[in-house]
Amino acid sequence: MDLHFGDSKPTDDERAAVDALLGPPESSWEGAARDEMRAADLRWARGGREARERRDLLLPGLHAINDRIGWISEGALAYLCRRLTVPPAEAYGVATFYAMFSVKPRPATVLHVCTDLACAAAGAAGLCAGIEARLGLGSGVSVERSPCLGLCERAPAALAITAGEPVRTAVSAPATVEAAVLAASAPDSADEEPPAATAVPQAGQPGLTLLSRVGVVDPTSLDDYRAHGGYTALRRAFELGPAGVIREVTDSGLVGRGGAAFPTGRKWQATASQPDHPHYVVCNADESEPGTFKDRVIMEGDPFALVEAMTIAAYATGAHQGHLYLRGEYPRAMRRLEHALAQARARGLLGDDVLGQGYAFDIEIRRGAGAYICGEETALFNSIEGYRGEPRSKPPFPVEKGLFGKPTVENNVETLVNVLPILTMGAPAYAAIGTGRSTGPKLFCVSGSVDRPGIYELPFGATLGDLLTLAGVRDRLRAVLLGGAAGGFVRPDELDIPLTFEGTREAGTTLGSGVVMAFDDTVPLPRLLLRIAEFFRDESCGQCVPCRVGTVRQEEALHRIVERTGADAAGDIVLLREVGRAMRDASICGLGQTAWNAVESAIDRLGAYE
Amino acid sequence: MTVIPLGVPRRLLEFTIDGAPVRAPEGSTILDACRAAGKDVPTLCQGDTLAPKNACRVCVVEVEGARTLVPACSREAEPGMEVRTDTERARHSRKVVLELLASSVDLSTTPRVAGWIKEYEAKPDRFGPDAARLNEEPRVDNELYVRDYDKCILCYKCVDACGNQWQNTFAISVAGRGFDARIAVEHDAPLTDSACVYCGNCIEVCPTGALSFKSEFDMRAAGTWDESAQTETTTVCAYCGVGCNLTLHVQDNEIVKVTSPHDNPVTHGNLCIKGRFGYQHVQNRD
Repeated sequence: MDLHFGDSKPTDDERAAVDALLGPPESSWEGAARDEMRAADLRWARGGREARERRDLLLPGLHAINDRIGWISEGALAYLCRRLTVPPAEAYGVATFYAMFSVKPRPATVLHVCTDLACAAAGAAGLCAGIEARLGLGSGVSVERSPCLGLCERAPAALAITAGEPVRTAVSAPATVEAAVLAASAPDSADEEPPAATAVPQAGQPGLTLLSRVGVVDPTSLDDYRAHGGYTALRRAFELGPAGVIREVTDSGLVGRGGAAFPTGRKWQATASQPDHPHYVVCNADESEPGTFKDRVIMEGDPFALVEAMTIAAYATGAHQGHLYLRGEYPRAMRRLEHALAQARARGLLGDDVLGQGYAFDIEIRRGAGAYICGEETALFNSIEGYRGEPRSKPPFPVEKGLFGKPTVENNVETLVNVLPILTMGAPAYAAIGTGRSTGPKLFCVSGSVDRPGIYELPFGATLGDLLTLAGVRDRLRAVLLGGAAGGFVRPDELDIPLTFEGTREAGTTLGSGVVMAFDDTVPLPRLLLRIAEFFRDESCGQCVPCRVGTVRQEEALHRIVERTGADAAGDIVLLREVGRAMRDASICGLGQTAWNAVESAIDRLGAYE
Repeated sequence: MTVIPLGVPRRLLEFTIDGAPVRAPEGSTILDACRAAGKDVPTLCQGDTLAPKNACRVCVVEVEGARTLVPACSREAEPGMEVRTDTERARHSRKVVLELLASSVDLSTTPRVAGWIKEYEAKPDRFGPDAARLNEEPRVDNELYVRDYDKCILCYKCVDACGNQWQNTFAISVAGRGFDARIAVEHDAPLTDSACVYCGNCIEVCPTGALSFKSEFDMRAAGTWDESAQTETTTVCAYCGVGCNLTLHVQDNEIVKVTSPHDNPVTHGNLCIKGRFGYQHVQNRD
């Protein structure tokens, strides 16, 4: 290919930001300044195959520029493209795909104010207005309304990001106008975030499996982790051998906790048995489902557990490289995990010789940049590879052709950490928890109109009512959203639904990712449904027609009926149903297929527009 | 002489389409098999010279056992598959997809789509007069071709043709996301400031007329474009020795545009700037 990089030049800062990631350019072909051009540069051209394989550094490169400058200029993009041999048009397509990047100048500080379900119910609209009134024009802060920041237990929430060297972040939650403005204007003097354990009302209680260490161990200390049972599961894995680990996971009945509930053992087996190599392990930590924050709490409160679990998954499936794809809105989880990886490497728990067993494995963190769709497993691969985060058509499935076209096992954080108790307690003991077809413990993210929002761990089989009682549900409950924005609403008289995959299916709803959002009758339901529709319209990648246009037409119809009911709304409800049916049947991926679920359930089960 | 590549013999797969047994070579798509069996499955984003992108979803069919409908253009046929092309469910999705598209972009220059809209009883007007549309003015920033995003259905064919599937110039990509996604060069600059080499291969594959020759665009604007009055003559390009085939579209004794036959095993419909646009000298009669 003959790439054309244009004439725009990077500023010194932009060049430094890219060079900090990639090292200085080796020749003027790679973008070194002309006056540094050595005579030798004129006689040879580098590039070609070797350089093109660095495409996967595009997303980290865009982050490097955005973190340092706050936005991505033409010159900066051209320089990054020259360094990576990526066509500028494609890099522009990638940069404009993600919500956290800007290709237009903007202030160094961006304050993301969450306006999603839990925060909207907790008064995010007023918060936004208050912040904007206080900051005014020329304040040097760009206030942006954001989809779910994953801080639902402390709604309403705001996240300030100030570009510079280094980039600084500050979280304000529950946010007041004063606290959010302080976080944006002086991130270093903003209040420290409360420890992860405050999101776990059960923290420290006996009987917990997945959350047993959150709030008990020091998340920055490997020794503390080991003193609380850490790395016994990995030792057990080495005793069992890869086939033995897969057998245990299969026998445990573990199914994926991300929403699709696919048997984990089968996925691992399918990957392990692929003749094509290398194999990859990917941890999907792009938790962006509105109402979901369990993965963040695990990563912040017990990061070594995830590192250990990924190591086990890799050992079982024959992978030597793991990628942890973490959503960009989780700066503290990022810091904790980076620290955990460094500790594990220093102590021989990652690297060329894990635990002295002659097995090589390491993990690389990849930071997302604000795109819900990147939680879709194949979109996530595209994102890591430096392409737009658009889902791929399946088949082929990731176990056959996944990351970089190689066999890949992808699991989310909660699924992976379940592997630790499976190995330490043994498959039969694990399978005895829960019900026959939904085995093990399950995490639920409870938020909204409850007294004690947070992450709860319960064995499968507890009812929705049990869980809400635990969380302190308030009077005048109007509706419960199960499974997040892609899930469905249930009525207050349906609280006896058992929280299992089969129980929710029989009740005509879904467990999804484990979201339980309670709304009392002060929350205007049509506005909530509008927000859900807006979320999907905003997060659609735009690749396929049913989702790209369908989400827009649905939002328009919901706008029309926001104040209407009965016969006045009937025509638009027919339209919503017809578009929704086509989206469910004909969209490429789960985003379009589920975008209509919650609104449909509100119409059918709650009688939202009657 | 046209060379017909034979390739390795392929196994025949047996499956059914609408209940009737069919046989198709291994590696065929459902669409290939449907067409061989004489079934008319509508397609918009599918291209005969490009890997299927299955973005438009108008070719969806029902496959027994699949949770969702599957795109016929990209799903490979498998032995024992039971495909149904004309069920109520498939027809419903096609209808809605046609409505969604026709309500958001101008399909007036898209071949065959008017017939499908009628056949599937699609009513694009039912989303109301305020339904969001692209409503963008055509971009005329060079003398060779025009980009009219108001007609673009984001099929990705131009991106694939400009990129690694044919031209390897990588001048265009999809930028933005969702309903705001657009085909764009870097920083959405004018074409003249981009990496474009004006081969026009993107026009060759565009299914809707969103990309068109400036000559065609001007004649349409003047009301003089008349396809029924045009003749097509395939000849050999005289510029260099490669021997690419050109199809000259002639109206009133003037060449109005140049395409290239897709079944040519050398060029597969691709040309360079000279073959595609360099025809004025032919009709310089002074």
